[in-house]
Amino acid sequence: MRLDQRLIAKMITPGTRVLDIGSGDGTLIDHLFRTRGCDARGIEIDMGEVTRSVAHGLPVVHGDADHDLAHYPDNSFDYVVLQRTLQAVERPREVLRQMLRIGRYAIVSFPNFGHWEMRLKLLLSGRMPNTAVWHTPWYATPNIHPCTIRDFLALCDEDGYRVHEWMAIDEEGDRAPWRRSIRLANLFGEQALFRLGKGR
Amino acid sequence: MDQTVIPSTVEHTRSVFPEGLTLDCGSVLAPVEIAYRTYGTLSPERNNAILICHALTGDQYVAETQPVTGKPGWWERMVGPGKPIDTDKFFVICSNVLGGCMGSTGPRSLRTVTGENGISREEPWGTDFPPITIRDMVRAQRLLVKQLGIDRLFAVIGGSMGGMQVLEWAATYPDMVFAAMPIATAPFHSAQNIAFNEVSRQAIFADPDWHGGRYWETGAIPARGLAVARMMAHITYLSEEALTRKFGRRVRRCDEPVAGGASPGALSTFGEIFEVESYLRHQGSTFVRRFDANSYLTITRAMDWMDLGMEHDGDCAGPFRETRTRFCVVCFSSDWLFPTSQSRVIVRALTRAAANVSFVEIESDKGHDAFLLDEPDFDRTVVGFLSGAAEHAGLSRRTSKGH
Repeated sequence: MRLDQRLIAKMITPGTRVLDIGSGDGTLIDHLFRTRGCDARGIEIDMGEVTRSVAHGLPVVHGDADHDLAHYPDNSFDYVVLQRTLQAVERPREVLRQMLRIGRYAIVSFPNFGHWEMRLKLLLSGRMPNTAVWHTPWYATPNIHPCTIRDFLALCDEDGYRVHEWMAIDEEGDRAPWRRSIRLANLFGEQALFRLGKGR
Repeated sequence: MDQTVIPSTVEHTRSVFPEGLTLDCGSVLAPVEIAYRTYGTLSPERNNAILICHALTGDQYVAETQPVTGKPGWWERMVGPGKPIDTDKFFVICSNVLGGCMGSTGPRSLRTVTGENGISREEPWGTDFPPITIRDMVRAQRLLVKQLGIDRLFAVIGGSMGGMQVLEWAATYPDMVFAAMPIATAPFHSAQNIAFNEVSRQAIFADPDWHGGRYWETGAIPARGLAVARMMAHITYLSEEALTRKFGRRVRRCDEPVAGGASPGALSTFGEIFEVESYLRHQGSTFVRRFDANSYLTITRAMDWMDLGMEHDGDCAGPFRETRTRFCVVCFSSDWLFPTSQSRVIVRALTRAAANVSFVEIESDKGHDAFLLDEPDFDRTVVGFLSGAAEHAGLSRRTSKGH
């Protein structure tokens, strides 16, 4: 399991109901069921991954964040998780709204476009930055809505979400030391991980 | 008469329920007989039973030679020792549906009628058999399951019309179904599918041997009409790719009289026929030997009435509120009779009801019949879903050690 998935798992209280959007091969939901006794379910867009997950006995439906969240009833989960996908959805703001309608908490991770390497590469080369995290060229990238940590916080503020926990993490998913300062995290964090709730 | 009469000598295993059933139409059907087969062993805790629901023209002989046709069971590749639905682990039940013609009460069953002269005699129900619904079929299965001493089925599994029964089981008796696997099916029968059924029925009605459904009086069966119905339906079970792969445009000589008795000959219009035509004729002619026309009418009508949302203002989620059943919805990419979009309606309804649901579309070019054929991804899905559900049901420890 990736290190950031371990960090996500730590945010989740045992025995709760969890919906993992973009569950991939089902590693996180399997882990949450086996080690934390959660009722964990997944949504995945890639049919091959869905079949593999279901063949492992995991409850996963074929679907995607943009089109299938609207069918879930209000407050039907304790946590709704979206890993490294927010920047790739069609309507990130609506996806966040749906996540906090369905769940008590939204756990969101995304690659931080404000990382110093991005800023420096754009400044020096004048070309779209290409790093370990952002490694596809502009014409082929699925990441249509990149944002920085500060952009994300501004949206949370605008839409009235409360940030319960946040952390910057590096590409391997290890927790970065920028716990106090958002500005430093926005400069040095390759990925960001948030646990949001409703209301300020 | 050279038309083959369905052999009535085969004795099917059955249970009789003298009190019968109150049907959705309001009439009471009594007694009710249900023919069934079981495979494997019921555990001492009685918690490892899987009910398999058959499709329109299927029967209870799911994993053994069909005694009437002599052909292998219709799902032998899926059900048996070491198979995806493993009879070394599970106790598998399959019954002939109410309205069927393989031993369960249906239009061919005898009833007592009193003639104008006051003398009672026995004759088949025929078209007087009450209209039944998919839910009535499920109610009849429940009588059998209860009689077998099972309070909760570990799983109910079925494809096509069998999938409709799975959905009705979960909707009607949620506490009796731990896991449900509706395959290649729909929450209601679409207008297009009702239309196909209607063409099948009209083919039967148009047969001169139909005699208003009282064909037993003449000793004939409406074989041509029933064969045409089957031929038409069979096309809907396949796909363009599957037909192209199997037959293409290949042609063969035709030795039998066709087209209303026109004599065959190399120079006549139908002296040569396409292989796909030959295949469909074979499908039609073998079907009439094992299936009753009135049963075909009764069961296709039951499918037409299938609509999970009917009693819930059209909301298919209605019957599943508070459900604790684990669902796995499966469809096949080239199935145009029960397309993926209809499975998605089921999935969304279950999602709205906050049900635990898995949903897989299996990539296949074999059309609707894919659920009966060799599809390794489908097998893996069945195995995985059942083992996951068994773990949640607390079955896995026992089954992994064996009995």
